Order: sequence, then C-alpha cells, then structure tokens
Amino acid sequence: MTAPAIDCHGVSVRFMTERRTVTALEDVSFSVQSGGFTSLLGPSGCGKSTLLRVVADLVAPSEGRASVLGTTPEDARRARAFGFVFQDAALLPWRTALQNVELPLEVGGRRALPPGAATPRELMALVGLAGWENSYPHELSGGMRQRVSIARALLGGPRLLLMDEPFGALDEITRDRLNAELRRIWAETGTTILFVTHSVYEAVFLAEHVLVLSANPGRVAAWEQIDLPRDRDLSIRDTAEFVAIAARLRAHLGSVH
Amino acid sequence: MTTISSNDSLLTPREASIKAAEDVFRSQQRRLRIRRWLLPAAGILTLIFVWAALVYLFKVPPFVAPSPQLVAVTLVNKFDILMANLLPTAIEAISGFLLGNVTAIVIATVFVHKKSMEQAFFPVVVLINSIPVVAKAPILVLLLGNGMEPKIAIAALVCFFPTLVNMVRGLESINPQSLELMKVLSASKTEIFFKLRLLNSVPYLFSALKIAASTAVIGAIVGEWIGSNTGIGALIIQSTFNFDSAMLYATVFVGSVFSVSFFLVITLIERLVVRWQPITPT
Repeated sequence: MTAPAIDCHGVSVRFMTERRTVTALEDVSFSVQSGGFTSLLGPSGCGKSTLLRVVADLVAPSEGRASVLGTTPEDARRARAFGFVFQDAALLPWRTALQNVELPLEVGGRRALPPGAATPRELMALVGLAGWENSYPHELSGGMRQRVSIARALLGGPRLLLMDEPFGALDEITRDRLNAELRRIWAETGTTILFVTHSVYEAVFLAEHVLVLSANPGRVAAWEQIDLPRDRDLSIRDTAEFVAIAARLRAHLGSVH
Repeated sequence: MTTISSNDSLLTPREASIKAAEDVFRSQQRRLRIRRWLLPAAGILTLIFVWAALVYLFKVPPFVAPSPQLVAVTLVNKFDILMANLLPTAIEAISGFLLGNVTAIVIATVFVHKKSMEQAFFPVVVLINSIPVVAKAPILVLLLGNGMEPKIAIAALVCFFPTLVNMVRGLESINPQSLELMKVLSASKTEIFFKLRLLNSVPYLFSALKIAASTAVIGAIVGEWIGSNTGIGALIIQSTFNFDSAMLYATVFVGSVFSVSFFLVITLIERLVVRWQPITPT
C-alpha cells in the first residue's frame, strides 16, 4: 500500500501575541488517501486555513507532525509536489493570465516542465479560459481570475492540490459552476484535493470525505464519508441522500458550539 | 416582419430607435470632450485679459508689474538670455532628480532587506527632511562651493524624501497571499524582490517621481538664489533688484514651462510603463 497523500498526527498550532496565546489547532490527526477529494469544513476561525498551511509548509506546527506524500511538508514544497489555490486568486496584476500561469516556471530556481505535463496553454483550456491568455487580471471577472489561479496551481502536474476557500468571494451562480468544473478537473487530472470551505453544501457536493473541525480551539469534530455517486451534477443537491448528509454534517457543526 | 440588412433604411423601428439614441449619445460625448478643452482655455484667456485691463486702468508703472503684452515682447526679445539661463537650471534639476531618486531607490531596497537599517536610519532621514530647503541651501553652498554641485545637491535632497517613503511603501505593501504564493513556489529572496516587490512598487515610484519632477526644479532655483550668476534663480534675483518686472515675469514663465514639461514627460513615461491596473475586489 502506498503512503497516504496527507498524514497529520497530533498537530497543534499556537500563535503568540503580547497579550495572549491563541491555540488555533489542538491535537488534530487525520489522513487523506491518494487520489481522494477531501473537504475541510468548519466555522470561520476554527483553524481550517491554518491546518491547510501546515500541510503546505507555510505554518510550522507547535506540536505533532505532518507528512505529505510520504515526506515532510518542506521537502514536498521543494519538490513542487503540491499546488496551492488562495482565497483571493493572488494573481500578479502586471502579468497576463498566461504569464501568471507560467510564474511557477520562473521562480524557485528556473525549472522546466516535467515531460508529459500539460503546458500553460493546455491548462488555460482545461479551466475553460482558452482565448483569454493575453488578458490582464483586471480585465477578468472574479471567477475567471480564480480559474487562472487553479491553472497556475496545476502547472507541473502536482499530485496534490490544496485549496483555501477558493470560491468564497464569488457569487452563488459562479460558485456553483466552478464547483461542477472542479469535480471535472479532479476526474480528469486524478490529483488528490484538500479543499477548505465553510459551506456545508460545497463540502458535500465536492468531496468523497469531509473532515469537520470545531472552533476554539480547532479540533476534529467528525470524519464523514460521502456516499454519493462519483458522477455528480448540481441537481444532486436536491436529492434526499444529499440533504440527509448535509443535515448530519450541520449537526456535527452545531454540536460543537 | 424583421429584415436583416446592413442598409439603414431597412432597420426595424426598434433598431432604428436604438441607433438614433446612440447617435444622440455620441454627439453629446463629442460636445463634452470639446468643452473639456475649451473651458480651461477660456479661463486662462480671461485671466490674461483681466491682468491687462488692471495694468491699463490703474496705470501700473512697469517697475511694479508689467502688462501681458510687455512680458510677451520680453519673452521674444530676450529669448537668448532666457534660454542661456534655463540651461544650467535644467541641468541642475535633471541631475538632482536622477541623483536623488536613484539614491532613494537604493536606500529603500536596503531598508526593505535589512529592517535594522531602517529602524536606525529612517529617523535620521526624517530629521534631515524636516529642515526647510532655504535653510539647507546655505549649508550646502558652504560645503560644496559656488558651482553647480550645491544646486544639484539641493535638488537631489528635495527629491529624495518623497521617493524614499513611497518606494519603501511600494516594496513592502505586498498582498500577503502573493507572498505566500512565492513561498509555496520556494522562491528565493532575490526572486521575490524582482518578480514581486519591485514591480509592485512601480506605481508608487511614479507617483513620487511626479512630485519630484516639480520639486527638483524648485530646489535648483532656490539653490541659485544663494550665490550664483547664471540660472533661472539668479535671473529672478537680478531682475527683482533691477526693478525689471517684465524680465522677472518672463523668467518665472520660462521656469514654469520647464517644470510642467518635466512633469508631463514623467507622466508620459508612466503611461508607457504601467499598463496594468490594481485588481479591484469583486
């Protein structure tokens, strides 16, 4: 059996300020199998973004350890084993959409695209933005910017995609469409995805597993398997099974407050 | 019945009414564009007319204030002298502008990379900046003599501070997620500087350079007030002492035209360089 894509064991994170020490995460353990789609669900301030940043080597855990694709987060970062999608797209305004997708090739010691990996133009097409390569970020809508940032995160064919509430700032219609497309992208690329959200519907629709975190401090409240067909479209959200799963997750969220 | 045709006469009533509304809107826009040029021109002409009328009605003697016609005549007759004096001022202002801004950019880069340097020396910079230009000028004349050097130094000093402050802000005010992105990509400090910080600071730099373009000219002129025989500043002092008001006004006019042109050149370069816009949140 191969090593899990993500394995966290007893992870705690504390932030110190002059006035007090905040415990963002306490004793969080979970693991994600390779190729899976996992949502990280919790109320705002529960430390779910912090947990994602521990996996991405942006925050060092105060206690416990995290391993990513069988190695430390730091080595995984250096090997470009994962891509990260930020909440506000984080595009560089002086670069065109295509140049933004190409950024990973220019930093961190110039690197060539691995053989067989999709080119920046192919990735633009994958996220549905063929023809927009030469547009600047200010000429794109919020949803299109987030598509560009997904293409950038997929450059080099990472085995893991970490997503930090990427659709949180978008309107509901755009968000629904991108949710459906993300399922398609996941199926087409076979990348393991860890997706942070505070929307119960988004968490259930997207994922095969949902990790529910409670707030103050962030602890694992539940780990739910989502038994829905692999081929989903948005109408599945109106089925009895979907509503029942969503209700169960909401109960987990409610019980920890 | 709907007919699809490029011929205007075959438009449906609905299409025709849209087209008519478009035509009305376009002609309104055209009128507004002309007004944007016409009104300021009318304002300036009114000012010159009032000035000429006042000088004529109150019989103001030429050693107190000249009429606009007299200034125009002086501009033409004394063109050689005016240009001969503009040259040193222009050289001082442009050299000071380059020196002051390049120094500011270098020091801002050092400050951003070494926080301890910023903490130690930023107060010193603020202290020097708080000394008025007219007080700094004599000190620099004593230090650097009577040539162009003290004027260049004064022009450089007045450019330096706004550029330093703006440049530090431009290099530091990075979107935190862009910085995290660079860390995820394992970018080195040098790469973060050239790919992120430097480009982020360009709009900030240009807003400082536009201020500096005008203040550099002021700095050079103030420098010339203290011990100088040539330059716009020297000519201002001379014509004042000679009660040659027409020459004084003509000199001031030449100085302003140079200052405005300098500003416009920087604005033009900015338009060519900064082709992007900051992303507005959705």
